[in-house]
Amino acid sequence: MLGKTANGLFWMSRYIERAENTARLVQAGLRMALTRSSSGEDEWASLLATAGASSSFFEKHDAATALNVVDFLIRDQENPSSVLSCINAARTNARLVRTAVTREVWENVNQAWMDMHELLRQPIREADLPYVLTDIKRDGSLIRGAFDGTMLRNEVYDFARIGTFVERADNTARILDVKYYVLLPSVAFVGSTLDNIQWESILRSVSGQRSYRWVYDAHYQPANIADFLILNPRMPRSLAFSYKKIFDNVKYLTEGQDDAHKLCQKTVQRNMSRLQGRTIADIFEYGLHEFLTEFIEDNNRLSQEIAEDFLFV
Amino acid sequence: MAGFDEMLGNSGDVRHPYRVYNSWFNDQELEHLLKKQKEAETFFRRSGITFAVYGEKEASERLIPFDILPRIISSMEWRRLAEGIEQRVVAINAFLSDIYHRQEIVRAGRIPERLIRNNSAFLPWMVGFTPPKNVYTHIIGVDIVRTSENEFFVLEDNARTPSGVSYMLENRETMMQMFPTLFAVNRVRPVENYPVLLRQSLAATAPPGCDGDPTIAILTPGIHNSAYFEHSFLADQMGAELVEGTDLRVIDGKVAMRTTRGYRPIDVLYRRVDDEFLDPLTFKPDSYLGVPGIMDVYRAGNITIANAPGTGIADDKAIYSYIPDIVEFYTGRKSILQNVPTRRCSEEDDCKYVLEHLDELVVKEVHGSGGYGMLVGPTSTKDEREIFAEKIKANPGNYIAQPTLSLSTVPIVSDEGLSPRHVDLRPYVLVSDSVRIVPGGLTRVALKQGSLVVNSSQGGGTKDTWVLED
Repeated sequence: MLGKTANGLFWMSRYIERAENTARLVQAGLRMALTRSSSGEDEWASLLATAGASSSFFEKHDAATALNVVDFLIRDQENPSSVLSCINAARTNARLVRTAVTREVWENVNQAWMDMHELLRQPIREADLPYVLTDIKRDGSLIRGAFDGTMLRNEVYDFARIGTFVERADNTARILDVKYYVLLPSVAFVGSTLDNIQWESILRSVSGQRSYRWVYDAHYQPANIADFLILNPRMPRSLAFSYKKIFDNVKYLTEGQDDAHKLCQKTVQRNMSRLQGRTIADIFEYGLHEFLTEFIEDNNRLSQEIAEDFLFV
Repeated sequence: MAGFDEMLGNSGDVRHPYRVYNSWFNDQELEHLLKKQKEAETFFRRSGITFAVYGEKEASERLIPFDILPRIISSMEWRRLAEGIEQRVVAINAFLSDIYHRQEIVRAGRIPERLIRNNSAFLPWMVGFTPPKNVYTHIIGVDIVRTSENEFFVLEDNARTPSGVSYMLENRETMMQMFPTLFAVNRVRPVENYPVLLRQSLAATAPPGCDGDPTIAILTPGIHNSAYFEHSFLADQMGAELVEGTDLRVIDGKVAMRTTRGYRPIDVLYRRVDDEFLDPLTFKPDSYLGVPGIMDVYRAGNITIANAPGTGIADDKAIYSYIPDIVEFYTGRKSILQNVPTRRCSEEDDCKYVLEHLDELVVKEVHGSGGYGMLVGPTSTKDEREIFAEKIKANPGNYIAQPTLSLSTVPIVSDEGLSPRHVDLRPYVLVSDSVRIVPGGLTRVALKQGSLVVNSSQGGGTKDTWVLED
């Protein structure tokens, strides 16, 4: 496969994943805003931090309000991570790799692009926001479904999957990192309404509030939430789950190659070992923030190393 | 100008190839058909069968309008066309080989030497060089128009990189999806094997050193090119790699592409970039679209470039008028397909005639394409003619003129029902160890009533083209 094609697949998947994650994040923010009348501004600002968009946002706006944050994160094409920018980039990459994906995958990406441009032509009215978010997530699901159902499991698939899970791991780690203080035992006021809402918003932003209750108990426990999103191997948006997938796909790509020594393998190993044979108590003891910072750094490094190892450019 | 209608004929009786279609059509509700027409548009958009329009920022992706009424050609009509086309492309290849070697045709006095020597489409680099298997035009698109029951004319031989074949394939695909019953009652010859034939044909011209299945790649200028959809479509259908200049490099005397596991050599490059951008070391030094050093690899016989550089001399509009002589010279037979009688403004008598008859003629730039830079006399204004006359006087060698042909029409489906519109036809011809022609081609239709310009950049659309079995 061409290096350029691998690059296109990797980024197509990252952008599709990112668009969906941003929608989910806004959904959680919306929920917070609806349940809490006061200090909404802090919430919207923390949303920007999670999306890694604070500095670019405040270059353009003085204060964070529901309207301008939502617009910035969803519609603003000057924000390279907005949903619309992500869909544009995903579609450009899909055009580049048109020969590597099935017709269904391409058509679903193209359809998502057409839908989003139609849907987001005008600023989103508050009343429409829930529907817009649902549509964005549905488009992501359609693309994923087409990919899962029609793509041959070869290196094309591997590069795309690595893109998806690198992006997802980054997203989950950043959600945790922005809110890590809420999860720390020392500042937890167990049982207060405020904390319950905070914790629920974390779970909501990864669509995990329901499955949390299946795995743990009905009550939100900060340590359990952290365990769920970091170490639970069955939670599809957890760091452990994402890295298991990355590990497998990198293994398929490097298997049987004599020029075996790849930069990325070491980094995958390192992040895997952070997540294996540890309890959440170990991580808390090490320092949740430090743990997440190092994880995110290595995850970024991995993205660059894969590009180098497989001659993306 | 009431021309010959291919469906309704001159008398108003439905012509034979259209009879089955017509009785089907009469059973349809117009409203339903118009709805289908819209559906086709959605289908094309969703598939991304769009082209970029240069110089437009927003909404820079457009559809080429598609009309659901097929253009139907009988097997007998097609046999004659195919025979004529084959004769023509064989002659064109022989001409190219000759013109870059001994130039017998010039020595024989059949073509003036200045027309070759001073022609910017003549590529001196190719002199004395023989491309693999002596094939120059691997793919030719011959533009044909019809003026009556039995008269066909070749307008142009696109010998460089003819485009549009993806529309031929997608139009058929769309028709089969939308009107499956039509294909049950009409025996339409298939076109969908074109990508397979293209692959076979290109593989047959692989360089001598290549053993086994040759590696084939399509070179595209990139996703911003107006024909990018077609490039990726063909690569996909042929199972070839789609590469850009930045993916390629010359390594160990071969052109190689950057894969995830290192550089891999290419044997046949179907390039969709113009000659002058192919190699910055040989041609335009500031081109990023090509591959530095590819011409040395070519010279050494280690890669096939399709079409060969320098084939533009064969579809030059000044050379065009000599094609009947060229056919006769190399095949020893009269040309089966006629040329449109052409006046060359480079010749004094012709130029005088052209200037006096501008309101009757179609005047074209010798190197123009895509319907740009031409004057359609009968529909032009006095001002337009005056401006054009000045241009011709300033540079007569740059223009040719042809009579305005009364192009045939085929109806399109409109709000009024059937509305006749002018059409042309571009069959695609593959040349290698043999000549392969897919029955049919791309029918382009001028959607504006009375218009003779079928180019998509000038408001033209397309139709599915059926060649019926016996």
